[in-house]
Order: sequence, then structure tokens, then C-alpha cells
Amino acid sequence: MTDPDARFGKPLTDAPLDPNEKLDVGALLDGLAEYRPRRHGWTWRTLVPGQRTHEFTYHETSEPLERGIPLPAAHYFESIDPQPECVITTEIASGRPEDDIRRMRMAAWHGADHIMVIRTAGQSHMDGLLEGTPEGVGGIAVTRKQVRLSRRALDLIEDEVGRPINFHSYVSGVAGPEIAVMFAEEGVNGAHQDPQYNVLYRNINMYRSFVDAAVAKHIMAAAGILQIDGAHNANATAVKAWKVMPELLVQHAINCAYSEAVGMPADRIALSTVPPDAAPAPCMRMDLPFAIALRDLFGRYKMRAQQNTRYMESDGRDATVSHVMNLLISRLTSADIQSTITPDEGRNVPWHYNNVAAVDTAKQSLIGMDGLREMVRVDRENPELKARVREIKERAVLFLEAMLSDGGYFAGVEKAYFVDSGEYPETNDDGIARDSAGGVAVGSIVPRAADYLAPVCHHFGENHLPAGYRGRSFGEAAPCDLIGGCTLCDDTKVPFIDELDPEDNAKTRLAQTAEARRAGLITPEVEWAGDGIVAVTMFLPAAEPVAEAAALELGRAMNLEDCEVIHKRVMHPAEGTLIELKGRLDVAVDPASLTLLEPADLLGDDEMREFVHARNVRVVAATVGEDEHSVGMREIIDIKHGGLEKWGFRVTYLGTSVPIEKVLDAAIEHAASAVLISTIITHADVHREMMEKLSALAEEKGVRDKLLLIAGGTQVNDEIARESGMDAGFGRRTKGAAVASFIVRKMCERGL
Amino acid sequence: MAREDTFAEARKHLAGLGDAELEARFWSLAQECVDPLVELARTHTSPSIERSVLMRMGVDSVTCKAVVAECEARGLLGHGAGHVVLECMRAWSVDSPAAAARLAAGEGWDLVEAKWGVR
Repeated sequence: MTDPDARFGKPLTDAPLDPNEKLDVGALLDGLAEYRPRRHGWTWRTLVPGQRTHEFTYHETSEPLERGIPLPAAHYFESIDPQPECVITTEIASGRPEDDIRRMRMAAWHGADHIMVIRTAGQSHMDGLLEGTPEGVGGIAVTRKQVRLSRRALDLIEDEVGRPINFHSYVSGVAGPEIAVMFAEEGVNGAHQDPQYNVLYRNINMYRSFVDAAVAKHIMAAAGILQIDGAHNANATAVKAWKVMPELLVQHAINCAYSEAVGMPADRIALSTVPPDAAPAPCMRMDLPFAIALRDLFGRYKMRAQQNTRYMESDGRDATVSHVMNLLISRLTSADIQSTITPDEGRNVPWHYNNVAAVDTAKQSLIGMDGLREMVRVDRENPELKARVREIKERAVLFLEAMLSDGGYFAGVEKAYFVDSGEYPETNDDGIARDSAGGVAVGSIVPRAADYLAPVCHHFGENHLPAGYRGRSFGEAAPCDLIGGCTLCDDTKVPFIDELDPEDNAKTRLAQTAEARRAGLITPEVEWAGDGIVAVTMFLPAAEPVAEAAALELGRAMNLEDCEVIHKRVMHPAEGTLIELKGRLDVAVDPASLTLLEPADLLGDDEMREFVHARNVRVVAATVGEDEHSVGMREIIDIKHGGLEKWGFRVTYLGTSVPIEKVLDAAIEHAASAVLISTIITHADVHREMMEKLSALAEEKGVRDKLLLIAGGTQVNDEIARESGMDAGFGRRTKGAAVASFIVRKMCERGL
Repeated sequence: MAREDTFAEARKHLAGLGDAELEARFWSLAQECVDPLVELARTHTSPSIERSVLMRMGVDSVTCKAVVAECEARGLLGHGAGHVVLECMRAWSVDSPAAAARLAAGEGWDLVEAKWGVR
């Protein structure tokens, strides 16, 4: 897939993953001292213009995956799984590296190729690197071992899905330069780096943040790491997010200009940009001018389109709709990376399946809007749009002018220019103010002395190297030749610490669940193996406070421990409330004790064709009741969908909303061997009534023995159908082959 | 201090600029903001930067932390922690991880004092 990077020497060769086997986390934890990444630097997807897939031509897709899970409706389209041309991000924050990697695999199968690992709370204030695999809160402790474990797993996962996967975390906090070196050594592909984030949101001393950032960025550049900035946090923090647009441009500009000045190439700098607003504001009309102003000004850089989190609450549906509107902005403007936020992030640390849901939302929307911008263009001459784009840019210029006349960036931060709820030049005096003589690690920077020396490569800033050591680009020795090579030039020099804490580590945690894994016991989980968490959705016909209390009581009645209401929505003040409840179920199921449904045993094509041809088998089909749906029945009949016609059945399709009497008359008239009825919309057991009526009428007309009566529909199954007098019933996802096999077998059996 | 939206007044000097000129002004102001920050970074170092130098010299994170903390306490950070390790490598004829390990164990600081003096 990707040529191994010679710098890292020979990678470990793990056996390829078997799609039917779980990741062996224990095995991946072994031998990490020898693990080396296979490449460094970022990988983009490759656009395949005019790609033909199934019956369609796509304008904005990349190469297909070798393995993956397509969108839910894909089975109507020969299970195609077209992949958008932009990288898709998922953010993973289980707090345990051993659980993270399983989630990465699931997300990759759905289309994520940028895995962003969230750090544990508090790591940004730790002055130095952490080591080993201690458990984190709201994220993992980013350590060399964790990075190696994740990257090693991702090597296997990218081979399994057939697409390179970028691994990403954070070069922020007071240990930025060290993390940058570790990421460069370990082949991390992308990282957040923005000193403004440290200053504003982590209250790290501003001088320290910027001094560290220059060194960190320079090292990231040397390793080809893609940088993402932190400006979107202003949006997430602001009281009124629609007012921060001028400031967002300023924050992006400061990080971009600073990054380039310290040696980062423009094509490795990505802006983290969020459509700032959400409905009920007329958000698209407010956010589109901002998106355009941003892309006008920052066209040299990459766009990482992030989704709005500012107005997210516990409602997953609400979050998903906001995100789809964000995706429309991406498609109308541009996105190099489409980031995703899990629909549950507003209420808890994301759960496994919500990472997948968010990736699916992005893939579905981007593919659904493929090529849309060729037909639907933003009207740049629209007076409102034009004026607003200009206004946002002017306000940003005014912001910069005022900050400079007030003494520059640091003075601006002291005077609370940033994250103010007023739209500059309006201010509400509620911005974040930081003292240059305060914050974490204040007073920790030191002037470089006249003999300052760092005998290593890719070091930013004054460095009084002896003559002749400026580096190979000057035709001289490398700085690290002074010490016989540095880790960025000689990978064999990279050290590895395994664990510092004998208790708080992945191996110890895995040992606790080893027995369950050995026995293959099944416990539900949302975050960690065996966490036992389940969510229950219920409508309760009660006002909100009563419904909430009742839900907790019902949860206890379901044997759930630690019940908690995670979402509620009033349907009507008196009539009722929707509740989503989570709780822990301390039950494990032994799969050996289960009876599994047998997969359908189908007859061969030739056997069926011969039988049908010899007897000229005729079938009458109809959608019955007051039902205008015909898609399901068409799937069963049409040769194009692999339906009955494929084997030569002569099918008469009577249409939709056909009375039962007419169906039976047609069957008699055509001398049919089988009758197929379909009911999709079934209120109050209409489907049962229809089936019973067909059976009774066939008896009455004396044709019951000569006819196979078959029913289908979303709420039909074989059991219900037989109870209602049918010979068979077929539910959702039935293929024509199953129906054809049944008819042929039954006709043989009955000697018809 | 809170301020009403004075945009209509404040923008007057920008009104005559074309879009390209406005964008150029935006970037020149951004550059002006950033220049002193870059200069600060070019001429200063920090404990994390010095640990990142030792890391690149092949020293593990625990040892980096010990050596840089001692350099900081002795006021030597401005000369470069890598410089301190380099002096000891030369004096002892050992590689950088070995020199750093001995410094972390408390050895060699007399050598360092002899070169840069006692704080």
C-alpha cells in the first residue's frame, strides 16, 4: 500500500487481521519495544474523477475500500460503498488504549481514515512526557507506548480495509516540544498545535506557549505531520457563537502566519473551522458567508471542516441534523478533511457506535451531495452574501489593527480581546483575559545565551553550532554529527520505556477481563470491554419530572444498575415524554448456549430454471390494502434485482392498493401456481387481516390446494404469515432467490 | 470595557480598499502581530524545549526530566541542556544516553560548574 519508510528500518511483521476474528489486544501489547512505524507524514485520499460505480458516475470520490461496511441502503445498490474524496476524521476517547483500537477498527470499516485520539484531562498541564498505558479520563494518556500500540493496530487495520489511515493527537500543553519529538519518532501523522489554545483555554503562560510552539512546529514540519489549529474552540466557548467570526479569522491567521514563519509548509497547515451557528438561528445563511470569507483569505492552507458542538445537547437527532447542515456547507465550499463529532458528545464521552454513526453521517451526506456544487453554486453576487463576506473580513482587519495599536498579540490577550461575545468592534467585556506574568509555567522561559547549543537536527531558533555543522543542505555536517546522530536521523537511537506503574496499565486491566474473553462470554458495552452499559429508549405517558423518575424505577425493574437518564424530550406537557435511559447490566451470555437461526438453504439457479421452464410457472403479485408501496415487491419480482423473473417465472404484477378479491380472481384467470401479496404500511394488524382474508377467500373459491399463498412486508415474518393462513411469509431484506426456492420446493413437495 | 458596535464608523478607512487590497492588509497585519512572537521564540528556550533536545539525543523521558530540572536549578538552561550533556560526553568519552544517565545520578556537575561557574 505505502512503501515502508527506510528511516524506520524493518517494520514488525504481524499476521494480517482476519475479518472474522477480534483484534488480539494482548498480542499487540507484546513486543512494542521493537515496533517501528512503516512511514511518517500525512496521507491524503486521491480523487478519482468521474468514477463509475454500479450504475452511477461520481464526481467527488476516491478509490474504494477493499473491505468496509456500506451505508444501510446500499443493498438496494449492489452493496456499493463509494468513498468521498476528503479524509474523514473520527475522534476516539475511551480512556483506554486497549479499547480505543477496537473502536478504530470499527470506524475504519465505515470510512474513517483519520483517527484522532483525545488526551486525558490534565495532560496539557503535565510538564514532561507520560509513559506506559495508565487509564485516562475523557481520553487516554498519550504516551510512546500508547502511540506504538495504536499505530501498530492501525497498520493492520489499514491493510484490512485497504486504505492508509492517519493517526493524530495533540501537541499542546506545557510539554509540546517533547510530544512533537515523540510523534516525529513514532510516525504520528497529524496533530493539533496552536499556542493560542494553551493560552486561552488551558491558562498556560503565553510566553511559554509561543516559545514552545515554535520548536514543536519546526519538528512537526520535519516529520511531515499535518497541523490542525485550535480556533474552533472560540466558537465552542463563546456566549454567542455567531459573534466570534472576525476573531476566528484572526486566530487562524496568527497560527498560520506563526507556523509558516517557523518553517511549516502551507500544505501541512490545516484550519479547524466550524460553521458557528445552529438552528433555530437561520444558521446556513449566517454561516455560509463566514465559510466563504475564510476560504477567500486562507486559500493557501488546508480546510479541516469540524462540526458544531456549541449548541449540542443530549438529543442525537438534533446533533445529526446540525451536522448534516454543516456538511452541506463543506460541499458548497470546500473541505480537505471532514471531521465528525459523535451525536452523543453533548451528553457523555462518546460511545463506540456513535463514532460509527458520525462517520456514516459524513459519508452518507458527502456521497449524497456528490457533485452538487456543479449544479448548485453559491451566488457570490448575491447582495447580502457579498456584503457580509466583506464585512467579516473588515471586522477582522479592525481587530488586528486595534490589537497592534494596543501593543500587539500579548497585550491583546491581556486586554481580553479574545472570546468576547461582541462582534468586533463591538465588545461586551466578557472575553478571556490572561496575564503575561501569570498562568501555568510562568517564568519558565530563559534567554538563549551567547553559547547556547543544541547538538540535534530540526531545532528552531538561535543555535551556536561550531563551524561546519549547519546541516547537509548547506553542504556541511549535520548538527547531530556532533553527537554521532540524533533520533530524527538515526531511528535506532529512539529509547522505549514500557511501564512506570505496575498497577495502572493495560496488561493489568486486560487480566481482569481475561476469563470472560477466554470463555467468549458476551456482555454489552459502549466504551470499555465488559462495561455492561445499555441504553433503553422509552416513551412514557407522563409529564417530564414524573417521566424521569418513572424511567429510573423502570430501569431498576429491568435489573439495570446505576441508572441515569441521558436524554429527555417533551412530546407534550401532559401527554408524555421521550426518555433515553442508560444503566449497567451485569449479565454475560455464553454463545455456546444460544440457538442461532439457520441461514437460508437455497436451490441452485439451474435447478430452479429447469423446473420453472418445464412447468411454465406463473405467479400473480400485488401490494394489497391501501398501500402505494411497490419497491419491496419489485425487488422480489424484477430480473434486474435478482427477482423471480431471473429463473423464468411468468409474473403478473397487479399494482398497489389492490383488493384481495381482485388478486385471487387474477390468480385463477392466469392459472397461477403462487400468489404473492405485500403489505408495508400495517396499522393495527392490517397485514394479518389481509392474509387471513386471502386464505379464506381461496378456500371459499376452492383453489386453496392449487395455490401457494405467500406474504411479504416489513412487519411480516414466516411465523405470523403461517398463523394467518399463508404458506410462507418473508420479512425485510428478503431476496428473490429465497422466494423462488420456496415456491419450487413446495411445488415439488405437493406434486404441483 | 464594553463598547457598542462602531463598525460603520470604524471601517471608513477600509471602504476604499478593493477585496485583494483588504486581504493583503489582513495578512500584513497578521504578520506584524506574529513577528515579535517569532523573535521571542528564536531567542528563548524552555524546560520542555531542552527536554526535547535531550530526547533527540536518544535520552529517555525520565532521564531528560532529571537532567533538565537540575540544569534549571543551576541556571544553565540558557546554555542548552544538550550542551551540558555534550560537555560530559566529551569528558567521559561516552554516548549521550550514558552521559545523561550519569548526570541524572548526580555525577559530573562539577565539570559543568567548572565550565559555566556556580550560580
